[in-house]
Amino acid sequence: MVGLDGGGSGVRELTHAKKLAKLIGECELVLVYVIEWSPYSFQTAEENDQRHKRREEEIHAAVDRIVNPAVAECEKEGFKVRGIVKHGDVADMLDKTAVAEGADHIIVARSSEGGFVNRLFGTSTATLVMHASVPVTVVG
Amino acid sequence: MKAMIWALLSGLALAPSVASAQEGQSVDEMVNQAFAAATGPFVSLIFAPIPGTSFPWIVMWLVIAASVFTLYFGFIQFRAFKHAIQLVKGDYSDPNDAGEVSHFQALATALSGTVGLGNIAGVAVAVGIGGPGATFWMVFAGLLGMASKFTECTLGVKYRNEYADGTVSGGPMYYMSKGFAERGLPGGKFLAILFSIFCILGALGGGNMFQANQAHQQISSITGAYPGWITGIVFAVVVFAVIVGGIKSIARVTEKVVPFMGILYVLAALVILIVNIEHIGWAFGQIFEGAFTGLGVAGGFVGALIQGFKRAAFSNEAGVGSAAIAHSAVRTKEPITEGFVSLLEPFIDTVVICTMTALVITISGQLIADANTGNYLLNEGGMIQTVGNVSGVSLTSAAFATGFSWFPYVLAIAVVLFAFSTMISWSYYGLKAWTYLVGEGKSKELVFKVIFCVFVVIGAAANLGPVIDFSDAAIFAMAVVNITALYFLMPIVKRELGSYLSRLSTGEIKKFKN
Repeated sequence: MVGLDGGGSGVRELTHAKKLAKLIGECELVLVYVIEWSPYSFQTAEENDQRHKRREEEIHAAVDRIVNPAVAECEKEGFKVRGIVKHGDVADMLDKTAVAEGADHIIVARSSEGGFVNRLFGTSTATLVMHASVPVTVVG
Repeated sequence: MKAMIWALLSGLALAPSVASAQEGQSVDEMVNQAFAAATGPFVSLIFAPIPGTSFPWIVMWLVIAASVFTLYFGFIQFRAFKHAIQLVKGDYSDPNDAGEVSHFQALATALSGTVGLGNIAGVAVAVGIGGPGATFWMVFAGLLGMASKFTECTLGVKYRNEYADGTVSGGPMYYMSKGFAERGLPGGKFLAILFSIFCILGALGGGNMFQANQAHQQISSITGAYPGWITGIVFAVVVFAVIVGGIKSIARVTEKVVPFMGILYVLAALVILIVNIEHIGWAFGQIFEGAFTGLGVAGGFVGALIQGFKRAAFSNEAGVGSAAIAHSAVRTKEPITEGFVSLLEPFIDTVVICTMTALVITISGQLIADANTGNYLLNEGGMIQTVGNVSGVSLTSAAFATGFSWFPYVLAIAVVLFAFSTMISWSYYGLKAWTYLVGEGKSKELVFKVIFCVFVVIGAAANLGPVIDFSDAAIFAMAVVNITALYFLMPIVKRELGSYLSRLSTGEIKKFKN
């Protein structure tokens, strides 16, 4: 399973995943992109009544811009591949999806997140490495 | 109908300009007089006493409704309390629905519309008139009101409109028209229109003018007296920027800061109570004794009871119908789950936060009592005399200042933010009622939004008395219509409740988190 970053580093984890897949032989790549979202954030009433619409828009944007191009690239190179888009906490959702999909291995890029909050509380990648249920490879 | 609404609104909006013809008065005085004259008859009708008593019929109406719902649903507020917390935690939320409006978010949004000045200024008004005994009745009304909220929010989700573009609109006007039609009852549409008119007035009154008024009082208590219309214009510009200009960043910052201010407020109250722990027993004694004797307040124990019930209803809005609008955006396959979640709202708002304020005011010794009789001393207006002769938010501020001298500054910021977030919430409720009446459309929405901003200025400039009377009257008028509809529709909620509870016990309703 590959956790797509959506930023520039997305290429690195995918390149590494394809390299491993070639070495393993018969396997499936599951490309997952998680849209950061918390059920405990605060929103205005107006944001709430448009939330379903926004969610659909966010999913379409992620599928069109991030997941589908990556899936197409893998298919072109002959890999068996699927794409998934989810909402939630990135680390938690990657782990849960890996378990649900029966993944043997998660590949993610070193986090591209920065800033004070991430230094204080850790990045999504660091959290995933600490709590993952399956082995994780972090691509630098 | 449209003409009637216009006449009513333009009458109120133009009142200040009519008054400006008078000479020798300040702008604030003119606004105040014109406003009191324009709203007087409406206020008198809503607060008319039951013949032969001094008990306003509207308060009885709310209490009876909350009691009926409590009994009809078998004390659902206590039975479902634990399940409501599990729902808010997301224990029953389908992970596939991640990204949709969660139960927590719907509750938080509804709370940001209700937790506000009612909890700070409203409670001070109740305790200032009805004495500490009003607190008992406020908590009692809060507990009963949980059942009213449960009923209206379940219906709000069940009968909301879901549009093709994925947006939703819900609220009493939708369950009135659709629910009545489903049950084959006449008059649903009429009630929906009537509710919408009162909702617009409520949005302009309690959801706007009261907030602007108390925000001004709080700011001027720190900066020194200055004309209210200045605060009004500043607020109106910011509200305009958000609701018309679509500057969501201001609203977003407010929505994030308000919960923290709420937590800070409760923590400060707790610290003051802990510091005065030896007086807690005495304060509760005052509350219980005052609840049944009045301790000398105007109207005796009935006076305390009326004030308690009035403030509880104004603060948590149970039975008013506003929460049904806020809660209807949640994503759930089971409308009843939002009913469960919503019953936490009066609990947090009234039973927890209002009680904190009332306890701090009582414990602070701001209310002056006769040392010999123990009864409170009243001023000429029938209110309890206070140290420094203050009322409303100033009384709360003075009470908190006995614990932390710097707290009035924090409270001033909290009041401004609470006032602002409540205004934004109510501008949305009012807008939903407005578009239900006049139809969707950018220009129609703009008309309401401009009227809303004009009322911010009027609210800040007018005196507390007429503003608070009109605010209460408008909000209670919503409850008259809403509760009438709830009586007819409550069998639908009961059916939903029975079905849900049986599926919950058989395990058909799945728990996703352990």
